[in-house]
Amino acid sequence: MSRRTVAELSRSLARGEFSSTELTRDYLSRIKQFNGVYNAYITVTEELALAQATAADQRRARGEHGPLTGIPIAHKDIFCMQDVRTTCASKMLSNFISPYNATVVERLNAAGTVTLGKTNMDEFAMGSSNETSFFGAVRNPWDPERVPGGSSGGSAAAVAADLCAIATGTDTGGSIRQPAAFCGITGFKPSYGRISRWGMIAFASSLDQAGPISKSAEDAALMMNAIAGPDSKDSTCVDVAAPDYMATLNDSLQGLRIGVPRQHLAEGLGAEVESALQAALKVFESLGATIKEVDLPNSHLSVSAYYVIAPAEASANLSRFDGVRYGYRCADPVNLEDMYKRSRSEGFGSEVKRRIMIGTYALSAGFYDAYYIKAQQIRRLIKQDFDNAFKDVDVIIGPTTPHTAFKLGEKNSDPVTMYLEDIYTIAVNLAGLPGMSIPAGSHKGLPIGIQLVGKDFDEARLLNVAHQYQQNTDWHLQRPEV
Amino acid sequence: MALEKSDVEKIAHLARLHIDATEAQEVANRISSILDLIDQMQSVETRNVAPLAHPFDAVQRLRPDVVTEKNEREYLQKIAPSVQKGLYLVPKVIE
Amino acid sequence: MVWETVIGLEVHVQLDTKSKLFSGSSTTFGAEPNTQAGIYDLAMPGTLPVFNEAVLRMAVKFGLAIDAEIGRRSVFDRKNYFYPDLPKGYQVTQLAFPTVGKGSLQITLEDGSEKVIGITRAHIEEDAGKSLHEDFQGLTGIDLNRAGTALLEIVSEPELRNAKEAVAYLKKLHAIILYLGISDGNMAQGSMRCDANVSVRQLGAKEFGTRTEIKNINSFRFVERAINHEVQRQIEIIEDGGRIIQETRLYDADKDETRSMRSKEVANDYRYFPEPDLLPVVIDEAYIEAVRAELPELPNAKRARFVNQYGLSEYDAGVLASSRVMGNFYEEVVKICGDAKLSANWVTVDLQGLLNKSDLDISQSPVSAARLGALIGRIKDQTISSKIAKTVFEAMLGNEQSVDEIIESQGLKQVTDSGAIEKLVDEVIAANPEQVAQYRAGKEKVFAFFIGQAMKVSKGKANPDQLNALLLQKLKG
Repeated sequence: MSRRTVAELSRSLARGEFSSTELTRDYLSRIKQFNGVYNAYITVTEELALAQATAADQRRARGEHGPLTGIPIAHKDIFCMQDVRTTCASKMLSNFISPYNATVVERLNAAGTVTLGKTNMDEFAMGSSNETSFFGAVRNPWDPERVPGGSSGGSAAAVAADLCAIATGTDTGGSIRQPAAFCGITGFKPSYGRISRWGMIAFASSLDQAGPISKSAEDAALMMNAIAGPDSKDSTCVDVAAPDYMATLNDSLQGLRIGVPRQHLAEGLGAEVESALQAALKVFESLGATIKEVDLPNSHLSVSAYYVIAPAEASANLSRFDGVRYGYRCADPVNLEDMYKRSRSEGFGSEVKRRIMIGTYALSAGFYDAYYIKAQQIRRLIKQDFDNAFKDVDVIIGPTTPHTAFKLGEKNSDPVTMYLEDIYTIAVNLAGLPGMSIPAGSHKGLPIGIQLVGKDFDEARLLNVAHQYQQNTDWHLQRPEV
Repeated sequence: MALEKSDVEKIAHLARLHIDATEAQEVANRISSILDLIDQMQSVETRNVAPLAHPFDAVQRLRPDVVTEKNEREYLQKIAPSVQKGLYLVPKVIE
Repeated sequence: MVWETVIGLEVHVQLDTKSKLFSGSSTTFGAEPNTQAGIYDLAMPGTLPVFNEAVLRMAVKFGLAIDAEIGRRSVFDRKNYFYPDLPKGYQVTQLAFPTVGKGSLQITLEDGSEKVIGITRAHIEEDAGKSLHEDFQGLTGIDLNRAGTALLEIVSEPELRNAKEAVAYLKKLHAIILYLGISDGNMAQGSMRCDANVSVRQLGAKEFGTRTEIKNINSFRFVERAINHEVQRQIEIIEDGGRIIQETRLYDADKDETRSMRSKEVANDYRYFPEPDLLPVVIDEAYIEAVRAELPELPNAKRARFVNQYGLSEYDAGVLASSRVMGNFYEEVVKICGDAKLSANWVTVDLQGLLNKSDLDISQSPVSAARLGALIGRIKDQTISSKIAKTVFEAMLGNEQSVDEIIESQGLKQVTDSGAIEKLVDEVIAANPEQVAQYRAGKEKVFAFFIGQAMKVSKGKANPDQLNALLLQKLKG
């Protein structure tokens, strides 16, 4: 039963084929069996899960359930969960028991989901391979020698290996979409502002967005219905109620205008990814869509601008980790400065420190205009590129990643090589648009993802397009042999 | 843009990070290579482009002036490294 | 050499809101340490700010009161630095786009002349917590109750030319803030704090001298002393051939000196950038007009009205309009007794003298407006004389009796019975034949002697007008 989608599990629970408690036990035993291999979870909340499952079964018996009641779920360890250790995969927070719940957690709890645990990730979400975690690398269920992608690598691996039915992730530059592509599952990043960031430990505040990592677009829509919408605790969360994402899943794609970015088909794109993309476009054509090329002339600058904006915001966001009120404090500080410097240097890993340094540098006197302001100007150009493209098309479809999952350690030595992994996904965050990755092929036993990008707050259309594709293909149903 | 060791030390101090003298050069090299990537931005003319600080084109919401938090000091200080008499303790602050 | 002093003030005013600038924590003064520090104030990871509506309203109110440009689109920025009383490692403030832009404040100098001081800006920002250095054997204790409380930082142009002007500016600012009700203005509790940028230059020079910033000035008196001390220090250094170093200095009230804050010497690089957790604050015309409608009458308008409505002198009107409480007190007294000029005298001279002597504020006056009004009423209806009124006033301090009860029980009521006064006059004339003869011989100055004698006998209670008339009539005989 652990292989099924949330939609299927929900129907089975409704029909009484099994209870949430039975389902939860099944997942917990798979976690015990396989987490040692994949290292997808940092913390397994077995007791909590069983209690929530019991409560969900009672709720269902009383008829007070929704589609997610009793569904076993995993949360990326970036979401604060009250009285549960929330580490952000960092030594800095390795003993941090959160005193409150993230809004995403709160809403999923209210929907009756069962929390299996907290998933592994790149430290503070800074990474594209899940190798920067203080708790060790996550392995790709399709090939344990390879990375699952990052930063939501634990959530992606857990969904792919059926160690949960669905998971939460966060995406700052591709952290939901790229691991979804590498692990052969569906990853959805909503528009900036669609989901509250309250309780989601900040990496880059103007880019971060939570979203579902799931086995299908339909499952993503189910989770979106539970978590999207206004939150008075987050000023940057949209004030408008979210639509019912399930309602439009089955709309026809007849007349859909798809744009394919010319720049994404250029050099650097692996041949296997390109042919998977072309095949997917044929499927969309067969469903009544029209395809045309669109221009995103500044997209090649997105990585450069991102590596100013994200580290700049991060450098301030991570200043609160000072060893005073919570988190790691070094042993026997000789004075205040020593406490700050050693707590932070011992508590943060090298990639996190590197990004804090870059951000600090970009904001420092004399460099602010050349780096920070320049990056924001590029950001404007990139957003304008999308605005122009969307005058002619409804969705933009291209590759999620240049190639399939790479090997552990393969890109560790040079940060720049690693940063370029997110070349297709980053621009979407800079522009604040919704984007998703869905499985659309396979090469040498490794999944290939394609990326769908929508207009601002047009998540429903993206989910509809992805769902229709999945109704007519079975890439999303393929699972690794665990 | 190549960073010197001394630049690294200055930035590290601003960010309150400790960098060993032995690591400083390597850190400088790595950051320099990232700055080379970043410097690709300079290839585009942006003189008349307004900076975009935030993708979300909306205005700030206002919160009513109401006290919603209660005293949770004991609970919140359970996770603190060092407290005494309700205060967070740190090495002596010199003014 | 003649030196000119150049002073600019940065005044931090703690806004009197129930909750903090960006969180729902209470702002009550004097609570147990860290009992008013919630998860946002403690910078727990994942927490986010939401802007307090009352803070915006108060800032705009202040802006309108000083005729400032109101920022239609203000933006919050992060100011980055590490300090244990700054939990997030950055302070949320407004750098390029403050809510209140250029405005001005009219101050009254000692010679009664007016001077307009430019206000550069007033921006909204978060307060820090407090570091407590005692009791912890080499450690510092951090209390974050104050962290995140809303401040309005009001920055003046460097247009103040001596310490007295600085004090006058500060007092006027204080009055306006209390008028507006946006802060309790309590300097001792830190609700209003002042940093002074001070420099000296040769009189007539165009360029400013190097300035120092004096921090931690927490009373009107200290502002004057700290500035005077710093000016003297700078002049001495320059006259000895030295140079002023741009630095931050701390005023030590106990030693009456400023000293360098070495810990702040390291050139700081605050790395300001727009706070991405908050969106631009946009204010429209309707909002501004709604706030304008809430504005109370301000000191200058009140002073003008007092002159027109009550016929007071500019000076008296200025004193009475100097604070909202004082103005209200005065008007209540007038309402009760119906005599504006007498009321002005009593409030500005007798009552103010009493308050000064006991170092009290008008709001702490031991005599209520109602009782003072009643007292003046009794002067007006000639129940007592002005002189007797001072005795009654003294008596009012020590007891809760009404003015009439005091007059009654102490037998202070004025004698207006013409029969009784005539009898008194007759007695005095009969007892002093020598003086009567002198008067009648043309030595009219002796008249005052008779008044004195009559008052003495009547214990001051004889109605002076009647006494005068009768004495004159009888002496002329």
